[in-house]
Amino acid sequence: MSDAQDTIRNTIEGNDVVLFMKGTADQPMCGFSNQVVRILDHLGVSYADVNVLADQDIREGVKAFSNWPTIPQLYVKGEFVGGCDIVREMFQTGELKTLLAEKGLLETA
Amino acid sequence: MAMSVQELEGLLREAFADADIKIEDLAGDGDHYRAVVRSDVFAGKSRVAQHQMVYAALKGRMGGQLHALALETGPKSP
Repeated sequence: MSDAQDTIRNTIEGNDVVLFMKGTADQPMCGFSNQVVRILDHLGVSYADVNVLADQDIREGVKAFSNWPTIPQLYVKGEFVGGCDIVREMFQTGELKTLLAEKGLLETA
Repeated sequence: MAMSVQELEGLLREAFADADIKIEDLAGDGDHYRAVVRSDVFAGKSRVAQHQMVYAALKGRMGGQLHALALETGPKSP
């Protein structure tokens, strides 16, 4: 478990935007993960995708890491932003775009 | 791997006594719900914190016994 926590921490610290998801960005395996992928792609932000289905330790570990019981989980600059509902809500209100722009992660603000 | 509307509402009611709670069974299978919870305890809290409070109210059932719960939370409307 502690190895998984280290891996998760390193991934989040080593990438500006990280999405822990079921499946991959090219082939999401869950509707909720797919929604977040579509939002991130729409905004044109680059991100690292981590397929939790490929590693049970990561799948359970990321839930413990953030005290969040579900996948997907989005992290920006090391901070947990939310799951599917929150990401969608923030996208709809424009907050997500603002957040990414403020962090300098969007080509065009 | 499913939960009745009554059980879900009971857990939420227990944790958020003042709340306006609305629950929809999205797929009719007792496993995919949408819940709107409006309670004054959410005032001033981040969305992540609000949802974490709801998950805490479900006492570990989220992600296990309950597969999907689309959440909308916030303070009560004035």
